[in-house]
This record gives sequence, C-alpha cells and structure tokens, in this order.
Amino acid sequence: MKNAPKTKMMDMTCVVCPIGCHLKVTVDENGNFLSVTGNRCPRGEAYAKEEITDPKRVLPTSVKVIGGELPLTSVRTEKAIPKRLIFSAMKVIKSIQVNAPVKRGQIILENILDTGVNVIATRTVKKQNGK
Amino acid sequence: MKKLKYDVVVLGGGAAGMGAINGALSQNVSVLLIEREASTGGVLNQCIHNGFGVHVFKQELSGPEYHEMYMEKLSRFDAMYETTVLNVDVKSNTLNTISISGVYEIKYGSLVLATGARERPFEALRIPGYRPAGVFTAGLAQHFVNLENRLPGHKAVIVGSGDIGLIMARRLTLEGVEVEGVYEIMPYQGGLTRNIVQCLDDFNIPLHLSTSIVEVHGKDRLEGVTVAKFENGHPVRKTERFVKCDTLVASVGLIPENDLVNETIELSDGSGANVDDLMRTNIYNVFAAGNNVCIHDLVDFAAVEGEIAGKNAAHVAKGKELPERMGILKKGEGVGLLSTKYTIAAEPFKLFVRVKKPMGTTILRLNDQKIKTVLAAKPSEMIEVKMDPSRYNMKGNLILSAMEVDKI
Repeated sequence: MKNAPKTKMMDMTCVVCPIGCHLKVTVDENGNFLSVTGNRCPRGEAYAKEEITDPKRVLPTSVKVIGGELPLTSVRTEKAIPKRLIFSAMKVIKSIQVNAPVKRGQIILENILDTGVNVIATRTVKKQNGK
Repeated sequence: MKKLKYDVVVLGGGAAGMGAINGALSQNVSVLLIEREASTGGVLNQCIHNGFGVHVFKQELSGPEYHEMYMEKLSRFDAMYETTVLNVDVKSNTLNTISISGVYEIKYGSLVLATGARERPFEALRIPGYRPAGVFTAGLAQHFVNLENRLPGHKAVIVGSGDIGLIMARRLTLEGVEVEGVYEIMPYQGGLTRNIVQCLDDFNIPLHLSTSIVEVHGKDRLEGVTVAKFENGHPVRKTERFVKCDTLVASVGLIPENDLVNETIELSDGSGANVDDLMRTNIYNVFAAGNNVCIHDLVDFAAVEGEIAGKNAAHVAKGKELPERMGILKKGEGVGLLSTKYTIAAEPFKLFVRVKKPMGTTILRLNDQKIKTVLAAKPSEMIEVKMDPSRYNMKGNLILSAMEVDKI
C-alpha cells in the first residue's frame, strides 16, 4: 500500500480522577491528536488532548530567604505552566532570593518565562529576630 | 512541678490536631495543644507540593498554605510547643510533660490523640550490608530538602513506591539530583496513580515493580545497592543487578504513632487506635483522629476526623454522656483496612476502606447488603463509604467485604 498514514499509539494514564483509566491515544506522524480509547468519561478525552498538545503542571519548589527565621520559603506557580518549561523555570527560580519577611501569597516572580503565570510564596517566613 | 487544668487537651498539632482544636473551640471549652515541634502544621510544613485541600478549601494548595489557612480559621487557644508528653494516666485524667520551661502535670476533661504516624525505617526491611551514611526515609529527605535547604546526595535510588517516595523522586530531580529509579517489591504501585504520572512519568523516572533491594554496599558512605526481581516475596536468583548511588530513599510505609498509649488504648492489628464513629477510643474521654487511627490518603480526611473528635471531646468534658456503641465493624473478604471499628448506629458517618489487592469493578457489601460499587479498587486509594443507619442495619456484627464483580 502506498502512502499509508503513519500513526502512533501512545499509552497514558488519566489523572483527572482516582480511577486512573489506562488510555490508548492515537496520534498522526506529526504528533497531532487523532483519537483516544480506554477512557470511561469525556474528561479523559480532554486530558489526553492536552497531554498530546501541551501538557501543563503546577510547579512547586522553594526560594532562598535572606534574614528569615527559615532558610527557605516554599513557592509554586499560581497556575499550571507548560511541562516543557519546568526545568527552565527551575533555573530561573533557583537564581532568585527574597528578603524576609515573606508573606504567604506574595508574588515572588512575575510572569515566569512569559507564561503569564506568577510564582507565589506558599509560606510565611518572619524575620530572624521574630519581626 | 507546675499544675494546669483544661477541658480538652490535644496531643499533636498536625492536620488532625488542628481539626480537633477547631472542633473543641466550636463548643466553647478551654483547649490546650501540646506539640513536639516549635509550631503547628506537622508534616504539612515540609509537604510543599500541591494537591492539598480539595475537600476542605475547594482548591489545590501546598501543605504550608493549607496549614496557614487552617490556622487562620481558629480562634485563640493555649499551646505548649517543643514539649514532650512523658505519660498519660487515663485513670486520673492527667498527663505529664517536659520542656525547656520545666515539668508540668496537666489535668484534662477529655484528651484527643492526634499524634500522627512515623515512617517505617529502612532497617525494618532487614537487608544485608552496612548502614552507611546516605540512607534516608523519604520524609527525612523531604525535611532536609524543603526545610533545611540541604541535598541528601547526588545520585539516588528510591525503595518503595509510597506517595512520599514518589513526591521525593520529583523533588530531588527538580533540585538536580539524578534519580536512577523507584523499586517496588509488590507487583503494583504503593502510591496514587496521579503521583506515578506527575512525579515519575513526567521526568522519565522508571518504576520497577516486583523488584527490590537485596544488598547495601559501602561502609562510610553509600556506594550502591544490589537490586533483584521478587516473586512471592522472595528474590529471584540471577536477576541481581548493581546500581551505583550515594543516596537511598526509603518510602516503605507509615506506622500509626501510639507508643504513648499502647497499654491503655485498644489498637488495631495495624497499630492504629480503634475508634467509633464519634472518634472515641475504648476510654470514654479519650478520642483519636488522623494517621494515628489509620493512614489516610488525604490531609482533609485527617482534619475532618479531628473536628469530629474535638467536638465530641468537648461534649464529654462538659459532662454530656455520648451514646453507646451498637455495632462492630469487621474486615471481610478482600478488605485490608477499615478506618472505624465501632458505630453508635445513630447517625450517618464516613467509613474509609482499603482493599487488599488491586481489583477491577468491585462491589462492597455490609454483611449481605450491597452498599457501593467502584470501577477500580486499589490498595493505594481509599474508598469512601457513606454509612447510613436509616438505609443499612448497623447493629451487631458488621462484616464489610470487597469482591471483584466477575468473581462473584
């Protein structure tokens, strides 16, 4: 057969709910979403599509605090960012430090890697002398 | 020795302890928290990953956010931090504590045990070899990385696929540690599927099922481990493989922490406190909530249990008599764990069930009554069952079983 379309099957576990359906996703030769089987509800299809096109994750990590009662404050991206940017985002976050006091919810870094998503502190860190 | 007196005393200020304070304060009684650490929050402080609070706060929070937001809900209560409880005397309703400010004798109206759990150590696996530097429990490694800004090493192997181990696989990878793989002795995962996907698959960290460690190498510092395939709990010969690493992280289970009361409080075979649906133990004014009852999947469940325990503890402290137990819950076929042992059979309550092994479509039965169907039952994922005395007979012996549909 000539010019048969080259499709690829991918295995995936849906993480939308705790059932964890085992998905079989078919993509074309350019990696575009074609179809999915194995999902028990429509949310599985939406998850599979995003996983194929541009999967996103919330990134939780920590940032160094100067003069705080703790050496670190925990931080996270306010919303999910593209998974492919996670290591670049880690590099940027590791390069910064903040001065105590740090308040929970405080923006530590605006618009990380032009994603439109801020990095916020998830922990309050007082100054070392308790202020 | 200084003496104090409170209506409700709460031991442990983690999620369940905070819940207990909340529950007790709602009934206008005096509350004292006794906490080993310098602040409340327990393990939430080091769990910087997101995924907490879906039920209580209706959003996905990190552990520290959950802790701070829960504390903001609480009005004023007394607390003794960096304090150790030496003993509890349930006959005289007193306990003794020690801290830098001295020794105290504290009299309570009711007591809430919210002491959580401790990690099963790597040593419990009885694996040959030295015990060099570089062997950590997952929670200890998490404490170092997330609270002390220290990395445990450069190349890590994780043994056990419990949730904290999976979370640490991702955390260490993000911090530049090479995670060689996760080794699980069972033929199925220990943690939640979403953690397998988000923590291992996202970072191409392999999960080796039916595989575990058979030898530890290195004398002063860990130099590597030998792994092997396992069948029916035994290593298979000639499947051994050496893995070079300087860090071994063990995520091999949590044990309910009840050492303080193990001679007075009735415990389950998993060493959790046996409670009824009021979170009451075998002693009328001693309550228990959280991971010292049974190991929960979600922090919300521990907090909610704490709220029930705190509220009922306050009732008893004020002299109210609580209803008697009418039913006793027993593990039937396929069931590995039940969160509640007894019921007063008067009000609906939430029961958490863990199955023994992964199953497909599974029917849960209370004696011969069908009470719930689940599409996929896994030991790593608790099943929530609403126990309603207006729908089911909840008196006498109650055997809860879980059976796969096509096997019935």
